Amino acid sequence: MKRKLSLIVTALAMAVTSHLGFASEPTAGGTMVMAIQNTPRHLNPAVQSGTATGVPGSQLFAAPLRYDEGWNPQPYLAESWSVSDDGLSVTLNLVKNATFHDGHPITSADIVFSIDTVKANHPFKTMFAPVETVDTPDEHTAILRLSQPHPALMLAMSSQLLPIIPKHVYGDGQDPKSHPQNSENVVGSGPFKLAEFKRDQHIILEKNENYFMEGLPYLDKLVMRIIKDPSARTIALESGEVMLSIFEETPRDLARMKKSDGLNVSSDGYSAIGSVVWLAFNTQNGKTADKQVRQAISYAIDRNFIINALMLGTAAEAKTGIHPGSPFYDETANGYDIDLDKANLILDDAGYARDSDGMRFGLTIDYGWAEIKQFAEYMKPQLKKIGIDVTVRASADFPSWAKRISNHDFDMTMDNVFNWGDPVIGVHRTYSSENIKKGVIWSNTQQYANARVDELMQLAGSTYDVEERQKYYAEFQQILADELPLYTLFAAPYHTVSNKKVGNPPKSIWGGSSPMDKMYLSE
Amino acid sequence: MNFWRLTAKRIGYGLLLLVAVLVLNFILMSLAPGDIADTIAGEMGGANETMLAEIRASYGLDQPFHIQLWRYLSKVAVLDLGFSYFYNTPVITLILEKLPATLLLVFSAQILAITIGIILGVIAAKKPNGFFSLVVTLLSLFGFAAPVFWTGILLIILFVSIFPIFPIGGLMDVTLDGSWWQHVLDVLYHLTLPMITLASIFIALYSRLARASMLEVLGADYIRTARAKGVPERSVLYRHALRNAMTPVVTVAGLQFSAVISGAVVVETVFSWPGLGSLALHAIVARDTPTIMGILFFSSLVVVVFNILTDVIVRLLDPRIKSG
Repeated sequence: MKRKLSLIVTALAMAVTSHLGFASEPTAGGTMVMAIQNTPRHLNPAVQSGTATGVPGSQLFAAPLRYDEGWNPQPYLAESWSVSDDGLSVTLNLVKNATFHDGHPITSADIVFSIDTVKANHPFKTMFAPVETVDTPDEHTAILRLSQPHPALMLAMSSQLLPIIPKHVYGDGQDPKSHPQNSENVVGSGPFKLAEFKRDQHIILEKNENYFMEGLPYLDKLVMRIIKDPSARTIALESGEVMLSIFEETPRDLARMKKSDGLNVSSDGYSAIGSVVWLAFNTQNGKTADKQVRQAISYAIDRNFIINALMLGTAAEAKTGIHPGSPFYDETANGYDIDLDKANLILDDAGYARDSDGMRFGLTIDYGWAEIKQFAEYMKPQLKKIGIDVTVRASADFPSWAKRISNHDFDMTMDNVFNWGDPVIGVHRTYSSENIKKGVIWSNTQQYANARVDELMQLAGSTYDVEERQKYYAEFQQILADELPLYTLFAAPYHTVSNKKVGNPPKSIWGGSSPMDKMYLSE
Repeated sequence: MNFWRLTAKRIGYGLLLLVAVLVLNFILMSLAPGDIADTIAGEMGGANETMLAEIRASYGLDQPFHIQLWRYLSKVAVLDLGFSYFYNTPVITLILEKLPATLLLVFSAQILAITIGIILGVIAAKKPNGFFSLVVTLLSLFGFAAPVFWTGILLIILFVSIFPIFPIGGLMDVTLDGSWWQHVLDVLYHLTLPMITLASIFIALYSRLARASMLEVLGADYIRTARAKGVPERSVLYRHALRNAMTPVVTVAGLQFSAVISGAVVVETVFSWPGLGSLALHAIVARDTPTIMGILFFSSLVVVVFNILTDVIVRLLDPRIKSG
């Protein structure tokens, strides 16, 4: 009920803001400079996951579907679609006038080729695993035949997850992962064409004059400047040197930009990216293998302090591994609100006696990159209060940390993992007992195994009925809240910061990875 | 030993040094935990084990260390620096793409530092106990003590944020539509702050050195002779003294070249300057061994070349120096 209410409030708020936002008519034309944070490896999201490639990739390539702010699929390259009664075939009816940047028409053969390429090369195997074959009765119809009902398919066919790439270019026999046209002379299907890609400098995108969506994109040119340093981006936004920045998450900079007159700072969107920050436990080895230890630690952490003091209020509360913006988030799950007495009591009852220094035992905590270091450091004084002596283990950089964690050489670690739309894509991998794989980061590195949890994921992953799925995921989250392979701190505060002259900054559930064809500059 | 034989010997040492740099760094890189497959998995937001194995196999990372090293060295011997694991582009292309920006930054900072350093040093040496000399000493102490990234951030706060005179970073304004000289001006405009930042440490060093060296030379007998025979003070300072005082400054400047390049890594990061420094930093974090090795190869090459050049220039400045 509470969620429904909040949905209504959101809808109302959206109606009001959209009314205000659209008060001025979009103006076509102009060059816009925006900031991005990293140089992508290349620009083809079919063979490279992650937002670094996804942000420019979603401008260069169109997908069959796109999403609005409220998890509703919208027509994109597919003007309509339908699911058969048995749930085993999904029909896409493609728009007729769509062409690639080189003038070739986009046909159902390209859809088949793109699905095959993603299926073979993309790291998220669950996206298209149930797709057995794709039939193409004519040039503008593709029918996906499934081995089981696959509710994640719609999200997997949107945004950067299924870019439609031309078969006549990327199907020339070269390995698509290292195809030379992933970085230059990219032939895409999206609102913008690639003009120039200079590593560590910029990506220049130009309007696709033959874009299949009438009258779009509004901008003539979209320049993505690569600025790694968050403070430098803040200054560039304030001075108007760049007009837009996406995926902003540094609390201090966000707080500063919120005070700036010329800027809009918004956390709308991004719920499908679903970035969640959590404390993961090694559930097989050491003291953390004991569920009571994990529960006691969770009771000792002050989530509100972390959100309000460390994150300066820029983060949203999250109690489970599913992002709170997802329709499957269960807010009734036990969030372990801070209760030091209870934490101490649990440890006392479990027989972990304090020694003469008041300590019960020691644990290590890891972190892999600077942004989450402060949470690891917070644990040290905090867990001392319940008699746990925490040693913070620094890693030189990401690969060093990944090596440690993926080889299960840890007690506790801070981590930040993405949901990637449907739980089937980005959530199941963390809990599935089949996904305990040494050496693979962001697999089930907690080594958590529970037959009922596995079963619930299977059930929720094979029905289209949203209410039924919610029921399964609710039970799933209840079990995990009790057994605690990880304790969730918050949903990462991705923000879109835009100059007030920018109309329609990206706000869909995919946030900054949405197509920016409706974005414009007003005078 | 004549000039040419000596130079040939220097070049021989230089080549040995290059091989040593490559072997040592290859060992260091292989000692670092994690590899490119982990980085790619991180960049992708996850991966599975077959994919990781594929990546490792395709870059030869499943081979024993000595085979990897041997393969790499035999490629470099025929001037093939290999493919970047991360960007899937020939390393030489990546480096040539970035080298001009770094050389521009390093040379302009070095020239600025030498010029200003010598001017400050000479002025200070004229009145070694005067107020100006004290200012130069303080300034150089400050410049030398302040970390270069801190100077850079300070300049950004001052001249980008508080007084918005200069751009926040980057090499050029990509939206600029003008003739070639407007583009040149634009690059110079973007170059100003990074150049001053990088020069700041070396201005300090060179001015101290020039001051000390000038003071020493000014006390020499031939200066007293020059003054005694009535040579104007101006001429004494700039024609008799300065040339001799330059030798240590040029020597140190040449030897400092490696320090300037490593300083450039930091400056490039602060100012989003698209040079070898930012590429190197990313290549290390990404465990992109061929790229980092290629950059080290090139920067050691530059350092070796400049050490040899320094030798030559010093000998031209002071013909008394004959053999090393």
